Amino acid sequence: MKILVCIKQVPDMESRFKPDAAGVWFSESDLAFRINEYDEYAVEQAVKLKEQLGDTPEVTVLSIGPDRVVEAIKKSLAMGCDRAVHVQDPTAHLKDPWQIASIIAAYAKDNAFDVIFTGMQSQDRGSAQVGVSLAEQLGIPCVTTLVGFEYADGTITAKRELEGGIKGIVKLKTPALVTCQLGLNTPRYPTLPNIMKAKKKEIAAIPVANLLKDEARMTTLSFHQPAKKGGGTVLEGDVAQLVDQVISILKEKTAVLR
Amino acid sequence: MKTLLIGEYREGKLLDTTYELFGFAGQLGAETALFLVGSDAQLPVFGGTLYLADVAACGEYNPDLHKQLVLEAIQKENPDQIVFLHSSYGWDLAPRVAAGLGVAQVSEVIAIQEGSFEISCCNGKMRRSVKPATAKSVVTIQAGAFQGVQPGGSPQVVKLTTGATGGTEFLGYEPAEEKGVDLAKADIIVSAGRGIGKKDNVPIIAALAKALGGELGASRPVVDAGWVAHDHQVGTTGQTVSPKLYMACGISGAIQHLAGMKKSDFIIAINKDKDAPIGEVADVLVVADVLQFVPALTARLTQ
Repeated sequence: MKILVCIKQVPDMESRFKPDAAGVWFSESDLAFRINEYDEYAVEQAVKLKEQLGDTPEVTVLSIGPDRVVEAIKKSLAMGCDRAVHVQDPTAHLKDPWQIASIIAAYAKDNAFDVIFTGMQSQDRGSAQVGVSLAEQLGIPCVTTLVGFEYADGTITAKRELEGGIKGIVKLKTPALVTCQLGLNTPRYPTLPNIMKAKKKEIAAIPVANLLKDEARMTTLSFHQPAKKGGGTVLEGDVAQLVDQVISILKEKTAVLR
Repeated sequence: MKTLLIGEYREGKLLDTTYELFGFAGQLGAETALFLVGSDAQLPVFGGTLYLADVAACGEYNPDLHKQLVLEAIQKENPDQIVFLHSSYGWDLAPRVAAGLGVAQVSEVIAIQEGSFEISCCNGKMRRSVKPATAKSVVTIQAGAFQGVQPGGSPQVVKLTTGATGGTEFLGYEPAEEKGVDLAKADIIVSAGRGIGKKDNVPIIAALAKALGGELGASRPVVDAGWVAHDHQVGTTGQTVSPKLYMACGISGAIQHLAGMKKSDFIIAINKDKDAPIGEVADVLVVADVLQFVPALTARLTQ
């Protein structure tokens, strides 16, 4: 069996975002990057599936982006992926979801992966399109938003998260693609021996030009802060003072303090 | 401008959120037709063309088959835009339809601008203005971003059938977990978010809830991490609440959380990050470390 897991490196969401020079995405200065949270669940599930099948499947982790994404790739290798593909693209942020999916599809089509894992969306773009588009381009079945995954004899039983805490149970045959929701599993922390082992694993670099054939279907006009709705009071300063202010607000504006 | 709106139907019912699609189309000033895999026993309150496929034959979740049905409706209707809700049904189906048509998809639209769409990014902290580069396009709209509108009337039904088969088999639903805590009935909710740092700090938030005579709530990451039980979760996949006072402690304010609590009478958020999206719905944003501020507030309340 061959497993592919697709990951993206994204900035820490606690960061302060400023537009880049072109004004279409964030400026990378002062940002710290990490694996997209949804993708950590995808990596974990891929490694768990490998372990379930007696370590025989080979897990390939793929990421598209500039050189910094190698850090996210290395973490995935330390979590238990076997080998990696770095699609080198300094301007990945200018691609639309269809193009990102087409790049992965161009790599995956000749590699006969049985199961492909992706996050259900990225924390920065949040389009929730790449996984499904990839499955469409490869012509394989796909189920999104997994909070449960079981595999036996070429069949996946997936539990989808729906609104209001309801779940939908869906069966599909491999080859197939699933997109992972938060809470699907508990992503492991890489151990030191595994971090050391990961250093010896192969990271194949492929220039994006070798894989990208499709034009963008969408253009970005601007990246900006939300318009402030106003109305809300922002309190800053010393904790003791803040407590005084909040107590008087509670007394004036709510009926909760007696 | 012509739109084809993709309605939703679950567990034998037409979902009310379907009417948000009409709110969006109304703002666009577009003509509307509706597509639904549903039942003629429960028709939407809408006087236009309804492309209806029978749910008994096509299933509530069968995305490959639903894709073929939507494509058939598009062929008959020739809309400029195909509009889905950004929901577990919509984000699953929309990219398949966009791929089938070879057109752009714009995800999670929150506002319509002159010739472009505003969409959310960076976990709700930032916005992008984007424009499809294809003549037709697929869009998904953020839940709650457009007010639901019932157009009234009864539809002219165009029945759709398909011989297509899907690559997935739907086995059924698993109900939501039993609620040990009914947060919907609480007057005061104090919720813990990822900003509390670790499970050991949950009692700090619970102590403030107790001091105020309220219930403990939580955001999704805190529940996923196993710090607080699921029946305390506030948000789209947890409980929807509207207490007299909602205090969000260390919650950045992902849209799924905001959707579950923004109707609260009064909202106080405590967050280190002044730009956190929770600030958009909060009446008061206290910019502070929750682990310093919350114990200090509790101490004052219990003096």
